[in-house]
Amino acid sequence: MTASRALEPLSAVSQPLAAPAPAEVRLENVRKTFGEIVAVAGVDLEVREGEFFSLLGPSGCGKTTCLRMIAGFEEPTAGRILLHGKDVSGSPAYERDVNTVFQDYALFPHMSVRENVEYGLMVKRVGGQERRQRVTEALRMMRLDRFDRRKPGELSGGQRQRVALARAIVNQPRVLLLDEPLGALDLKLRQAMQIELKSIQERLSMTFIYVTHDQEEALTMSDRLAVMNQGRVEQVGTPAEVYERPATGFVAGFVGASNVLSGDAASAITGQRHAITVRPEKIRLGVAGEQPHGQEVSTPGVVRDVVYVGAFTRYVVDLDAGGELVVLQQNLAMSSMDVLQARGRRVSLFWDRQHSRVISESGGNQKQEEVG
Amino acid sequence: MGVGERLKPPPPSAVGALRHRVGGVLYRAPLLRLALLLGPVVLWMVVIYLGSLALLFITSFWSQDSVTGAIVQNWGLTNYQFLLQEDVYRTIAIRTVGIAIAVTLTDVALAIPIAYYAARIARPRLRTFLLLSMVLPLWSSYLVRVYAWRTILSGDGVLNWTLHQIHLGSVNLGFSRWSLWIVFSYLWLPYVTLPVYAALERIPNSLIEASTDLGARWLTTFRRVILPIAIPGIVAGSIFAFSLTIGDYIAPDLVGDTEFIGNVIYQSVGIANNIPFAAAYAIVPALVMAIYLLIARQLKAFEAL
Repeated sequence: MTASRALEPLSAVSQPLAAPAPAEVRLENVRKTFGEIVAVAGVDLEVREGEFFSLLGPSGCGKTTCLRMIAGFEEPTAGRILLHGKDVSGSPAYERDVNTVFQDYALFPHMSVRENVEYGLMVKRVGGQERRQRVTEALRMMRLDRFDRRKPGELSGGQRQRVALARAIVNQPRVLLLDEPLGALDLKLRQAMQIELKSIQERLSMTFIYVTHDQEEALTMSDRLAVMNQGRVEQVGTPAEVYERPATGFVAGFVGASNVLSGDAASAITGQRHAITVRPEKIRLGVAGEQPHGQEVSTPGVVRDVVYVGAFTRYVVDLDAGGELVVLQQNLAMSSMDVLQARGRRVSLFWDRQHSRVISESGGNQKQEEVG
Repeated sequence: MGVGERLKPPPPSAVGALRHRVGGVLYRAPLLRLALLLGPVVLWMVVIYLGSLALLFITSFWSQDSVTGAIVQNWGLTNYQFLLQEDVYRTIAIRTVGIAIAVTLTDVALAIPIAYYAARIARPRLRTFLLLSMVLPLWSSYLVRVYAWRTILSGDGVLNWTLHQIHLGSVNLGFSRWSLWIVFSYLWLPYVTLPVYAALERIPNSLIEASTDLGARWLTTFRRVILPIAIPGIVAGSIFAFSLTIGDYIAPDLVGDTEFIGNVIYQSVGIANNIPFAAAYAIVPALVMAIYLLIARQLKAFEAL
């Protein structure tokens, strides 16, 4: 398709096949402190070419600071940042071959949509014919051609978001940095934009680094993601790896809802004094005294709380072994009346051995063995 | 005590009941509320301010009896004809507007870097200090400030003394148009700096980062992003410098060697008692200001105030 051809990175010149391509973006032991506050406490990351890479974590975990250091808005206190294998420490933002989509879009309010998109090319003195063509292409790609004369103030949130994207990709950067770009949109629009973003990234085969605190967003869009907490990377992996095999208690809790059982409760159930985690949807709720099948682990308890959520029900069960487990059960044949009566009832919980994982409760060493 | 009893309001006193009723009436009648809120102010504006402007305009068509000096309420354009015929009035008007323009441009040129530094570079404590030192001169009397400049600029003043000490000869600035320009620029600088500061401070940091991110160096960012967004604030500030200069008649007396429109009006009223002529001449700066404000409105300056 010619539309995407024109927007392909200029720098995508074929490299010698033998040499392993250097990582598109590489952070080496990067630290950033603001006075007393440690924003980023030593981060190593490697983002591959053409990858959709997410930085996921709660607010204040340092993910945005990492992004700003890659963009060049902040200088690392220590460590190195390499773009396409070149150390960019000290090189200003306007010299780096990356572009940013800002959380508040940062559209220039006094310029029309077209002028906004044109800005990067104008500043870099890209000439008339080529500039016009590339801008028109980017506008068409983001379905903005009808709005090109409007000012940002006359656009809806979703349209502004698309202008911000067009303004960045028209420059054909090697890496696009996105700072919670969908945060201000409502749920429906956000889901539509997730799909659109992903398809744009694939069409342009551009490297995306995507900052978000929304775990669902990170899981659905990313090729790989890094889960961050308190200035450190807790785990890097594909969405499936991070979800199925959380390395730490934090990852287990942050990515999807999860149960973490401490050493005491875990040793009563598995016989080993390691904290374990098990996803609520992997647990089966059975009647008290029921025998486990095959590879199942079982533990008795009392239902403390029942939350009816329509398609499924969330049970909170106090375990006899100590601690509690949240259990999600689909409402296959049960009505709300039935499930609400479960409160206070004695039950047995079952799950397949392979679904509970040993975790280290803090960051540190990342154990990933199966309980058995 | 039961729950139902506790929810009852306390037994109303006479005053309390009245307040309750007045409050209810005001709540249900938004127009009445508005009238009470704005009535006095609107009355002041319409009767005293716009009323006197209208009277000024009417008076400018009257004339003065040349023998008795009494005001004659004959409608006519004699004052305006006189203004147009006599070169001196045109010269004074052009001079006043010219110096006002020079002062405005000077203040804008000075205000932008100061305000930019205060709004976007200085740390909070330095910023407070800068803002304070901007408005501090406004706490002293206008006359004191003008006389201070007189002391500095006069022939044997501080400036010439300093120049003499470092063997640079002397300048003759006191009582000239140059001194007027300097003094006015000093006097009205705070009024320009503050709106410019407000405009610059309001620009989100992300806009500047976005510009840098898209490849613009600082100067390009300033010219293409910061300045265009700050223009309304700059124009708003310039209104003050321009209008305050155009209306002044004290500084020209104290540090200048020329007359402003205001001086002529002052003399016509105070010495010649020719109020109709003064009124006619007063229409000139009012017209100039009206044009200026129309342009300012086009540039969205009022949205920045």
